[in-house]
Amino acid sequence: MKSLLSEAWLVASKDLRIEARSRVLTNQVAPFAVLVLVLFGFALDADQRTLRMFAPGLFWVAVLLCLLLAVQRSSAVESADDAATGLRMAGLAPAAVFLGKSAAIFVQLLVLELLLTAGIIVFYGSSVKNLFLWLIAGLVTALAVATTGTLYGALASGLGVRETLLPILLLPVLAPVLIGATRAYDDALGAAAVDGWAWTGLLAMFAVVASTLGALAYGALVED
Amino acid sequence: MTHLGYLLGGWGVAAVLLTVYAVSVVRRGRALSVSVPEDKRRWLTSQNPTDD
Amino acid sequence: MTNPTSSVATTGSPGSRALGLATLAGLVGLLVLAFVLTEPDVRIHPSTGQEIGQFDAVRLLYLHVPMAVITYVAYSLAAFASAGYLIKRTPWWDVTAHAAAEVGTVFCFLVLVTGSIWGRPVWNTWWEWGDVRLMTTLILFLMFVGYLALRRTAADPRVQARRAAVVALVAIVDLPLVNRSVEWWENRTLHQKSTLGELKIEDLTLFTLMVGFLVFLMVFAWLLLHRFRVGWLTLAAGEHQVAAAIKERRAEADGSGVASAVGETS
Repeated sequence: MKSLLSEAWLVASKDLRIEARSRVLTNQVAPFAVLVLVLFGFALDADQRTLRMFAPGLFWVAVLLCLLLAVQRSSAVESADDAATGLRMAGLAPAAVFLGKSAAIFVQLLVLELLLTAGIIVFYGSSVKNLFLWLIAGLVTALAVATTGTLYGALASGLGVRETLLPILLLPVLAPVLIGATRAYDDALGAAAVDGWAWTGLLAMFAVVASTLGALAYGALVED
Repeated sequence: MTHLGYLLGGWGVAAVLLTVYAVSVVRRGRALSVSVPEDKRRWLTSQNPTDD
Repeated sequence: MTNPTSSVATTGSPGSRALGLATLAGLVGLLVLAFVLTEPDVRIHPSTGQEIGQFDAVRLLYLHVPMAVITYVAYSLAAFASAGYLIKRTPWWDVTAHAAAEVGTVFCFLVLVTGSIWGRPVWNTWWEWGDVRLMTTLILFLMFVGYLALRRTAADPRVQARRAAVVALVAIVDLPLVNRSVEWWENRTLHQKSTLGELKIEDLTLFTLMVGFLVFLMVFAWLLLHRFRVGWLTLAAGEHQVAAAIKERRAEADGSGVASAVGETS
């Protein structure tokens, strides 16, 4: 178990170090996230009061779109210069690779969620009424989508059509997460009267299932 | 009959789509059969299970 | 490039032809039952005394409900076969999974469309976001559209088979979560408001539904059979081409090929 975690840490820190050096997250994905919020503002042509009502949903749609980019990137890093073979030859357990890559995406998503929260506060006039719920729901959802995304990133990789195949594979599966996270944030941001903690529970269950399934399936997928 | 348009629409779409799909499958089968030797087409000869 | 090794044949067989004929007969019988022998759904409103109900739109249910059941059968089979493939790793399981998923998706699409067409006169809307079964079926459909898209990518058959199996199984595992979250989300469902329970289920209505289940099961079986055979032939054709190509290369290498290449004359 210890070696699994330390191997995962190795992979996670590798991915994050690559990210820190290339700055794709800060230079491309983060501006894209803000852009999505702005586009929604234009498209809905609404006043702040209406946008505040929809802010949780728009927030999580923006996160999902950024997730697609983050997963594509995570997957591309492995295909460049046949890095995947190098990873396999290093003898790392597939489950560790899965956990490590998920962790790296998880961290990036947390940064994006922070940025997007600031975004909806500024652009839509939202406010965080329940800080603790906002935090927990945000963490759990990030975990749920990072693990699912990593699994589907592997499923769609190496086929030459990853960019277009990944969304249609990944997003329908994440429908419950979108519903749950939106409801949880409805509560946390005071946009609607719902039981955010119940939804967070559902999200946590999703995250656990996704992490477990992903770790199990990842090995079967990357073997040859 | 009331709602006749909806009835024809619903049953019609189903009939058309299922027929089109069936025809496309059968045609695909015909095209592929050309390039496969007869012994591989078990359903025309034996009832033996796969030996793969 | 393919060498015709035999006369043009089909994926048909004496068995499938018999099934096909029986299916057509059954469809005729179903149509007679659905359109001629059964009554429209007409009820009297308890207080206003007006005639209410689905009227003739109920005849769409004899199509929609059986196809919905078959969709679940098909996708269950696809999931089962996917699991079978991951365990046994033989092509039969993979071809079955693919065939069941493809035919199932055709049925699922029709379920959504016929349901929408039925919903317009009965619920006064083409679509209802609050309906649990509708949302779940839509997500299920989209998940398997993704599955089929993955299937069409050019990849090593074994790689593709493995990935597709995982996609199918994750989709099926996800389905209860989808259903639960949509249920909580809306907590109401039009499907419950006007279910079969509300219909005057007389014997003939029930009988027609049963006939519908049987007939569409036969339609499914016939399509599945042929689609399976197409999948099988695709595999065999691929192997055959590889074998033929190897044979050609060997023939090139033996005989005068190599000799003339190194400049020997004889």
